[in-house]
Amino acid sequence: MEMNKQLYMKRRITSMLGLAFSMTAMAIGLTVLIWILYVLFANGLSALDGNLFTSDTPAPGTEGGGLRNAIVGSLMIVGLTVLVATPVGILAGIYLTEYGDESKTAELTRFVTDIMLSAPSIVLGLFVYAIAVATVGNFSGYAGSLALALIAVPVIMRTTENMLRLVPGSLREAAFALGAPRWKVSTFITLRAARSGVMTGLLLAVARISGETAPLLFTALNNQFFSTNMGSPMANLPVVIYQFAMSPYDNWVRLAWAGALLITLTVLVLNVLARVFFREKVSS
Amino acid sequence: MSVGSMQSADGFLIFKKQGVSMSLESVMNSHHQLLQEPSQMVSSDMVAIAKKQRVQDFFFHRVTQAFSLLVLVALLGIIISLFVNAWPTFQKFGVHFLWHVEWDIINEDFGAAIAIVGTVASAGIALLISVPLAFGVAVFLTETCPVWLRRPLGTSIELLAAVPSIIYGMFGLFVFAPLFADHLQVPLQKILGGMPLVGFLFGGATNGMGILAAGIVLAFMVLPFVAAVMRDVFEITPPILRESAYGLGCTTWEVVRQVVLPYTQKGVVGGIMLGLGRALGETMAVTFVIGNANRMPTSLFSPGTSIASVLANEFGEAENLHFSTLFALGFLLFVITFVVLALAKMMILRAEKAKGN
Repeated sequence: MEMNKQLYMKRRITSMLGLAFSMTAMAIGLTVLIWILYVLFANGLSALDGNLFTSDTPAPGTEGGGLRNAIVGSLMIVGLTVLVATPVGILAGIYLTEYGDESKTAELTRFVTDIMLSAPSIVLGLFVYAIAVATVGNFSGYAGSLALALIAVPVIMRTTENMLRLVPGSLREAAFALGAPRWKVSTFITLRAARSGVMTGLLLAVARISGETAPLLFTALNNQFFSTNMGSPMANLPVVIYQFAMSPYDNWVRLAWAGALLITLTVLVLNVLARVFFREKVSS
Repeated sequence: MSVGSMQSADGFLIFKKQGVSMSLESVMNSHHQLLQEPSQMVSSDMVAIAKKQRVQDFFFHRVTQAFSLLVLVALLGIIISLFVNAWPTFQKFGVHFLWHVEWDIINEDFGAAIAIVGTVASAGIALLISVPLAFGVAVFLTETCPVWLRRPLGTSIELLAAVPSIIYGMFGLFVFAPLFADHLQVPLQKILGGMPLVGFLFGGATNGMGILAAGIVLAFMVLPFVAAVMRDVFEITPPILRESAYGLGCTTWEVVRQVVLPYTQKGVVGGIMLGLGRALGETMAVTFVIGNANRMPTSLFSPGTSIASVLANEFGEAENLHFSTLFALGFLLFVITFVVLALAKMMILRAEKAKGN
């Protein structure tokens, strides 16, 4: 049989072009990541000095200043969110794995949770404004935490569920056979076995909410001064970055870059940590 | 999985200790009782423990259930509270609100058309750019990439997805927009601006802001999401299908186009729609570069606005009808993205079910 050389060449060339395109696409993706990191370091490092952590956001037209109030505010808001969202998300995740196979409601919950993972965060901000700001009469750190919790709970819930599903059923059965009640099996056996996976979910949730800006705009708002009162408007890094980056003052824009660098490094480190945790789990 | 057993092993041991001590106790008790009442094989202590455990289990079941139902409550709460706050606007403008081209705060005359066009146009541009690129990335990661590079490259794409959207916004405003104005807008306008039919698309000021710029920045942001989903569904393809195609003499590209892609079709479409859902609802990456003008955009370069950026920009000062109109926009955005994401989820679920068969 004679080989159709022309057709063969055509197929080879098409394939080479296709693969060249896919490599270019990968290169573009990597370039964007490196470019963003480069820009952040180039602009953010210059503002990264001791003042950043010791002085508060400057008033319009004044020199210098730092981000102390915003950093503390962000830590408090995110911290409270984690304190609230962790138990809720983990217990809800336990329900979906341990009891969820039996009911339609659980299936619906799973479906809605997946959608909430990508729901527009600004709308969550609007919702929390309507229920926790308009009713109380003032913006507050608590409202900010609530808005972030709406994002964090679905993340924790779904990772907990997926990780619990990896725990072999024989482990549960062994515990049941010893006469352990269901709640003890779920918490002391399965959850314990899946803890590094659940930890991964927690870290990813923290990474996800640390950079969220839109839900905080209408809830925690901002505060020019240092405040640890979560019942009142609170400074936080994302909103400060948003306001300062759009401002005409050079030192504000510089602080915005420093804040952007801080947030991105935090988020990326949390993501890498989460992956390390998960890999340990898989390899051991 | 095997890990689980490692860590679970110690959990298991602890449990076993408790279990043993408990059963020893009950064995001793039952022994006593056996002597007293030979007919009763189960001690009252054991019954009490079983009862206590039943009550505990009941509460555990209900408490975890209540927490998981919170998600559904939140969903209902969002829909109801947005709708209630938006009611004055819906009442005043009716369905007409959807295509009314007006945004007059002083005379309180509002329509959603400008924001909807901006939202859909920027998200559409973002998908046009990011989908082929994401496809390329996914093909590279599953087919051509050397195995030792797969993990680091895959991780870096996932890290790109983790970068907060406000960073994309700043990047767009300070780095991308100036470059875009000088190296893309000006040449494009020179070459294509005078052409009939499409020329108008490239008219207007070349200051780097506008619908197209927002679409491109959004594309950077959406690319890793779509690429990650595509990679995951490509990996579902059974190796035997792939190997058979290679065995028949297919080139790599033919395997991708004629075996992998048809097999994972639904998952790929689901991934694209997931990206669309993200792009439609994105606030920060868009607000920084779209130009924030409440006018109907006339070209790809003209400034516009999206639902999310109108909310971010105007909510702080909104009162009365303006206020409820913003809630109406938020309601629309939520409903649109909910439908898109629900369809995406169903597609991906079906693709995963196909794997099971």
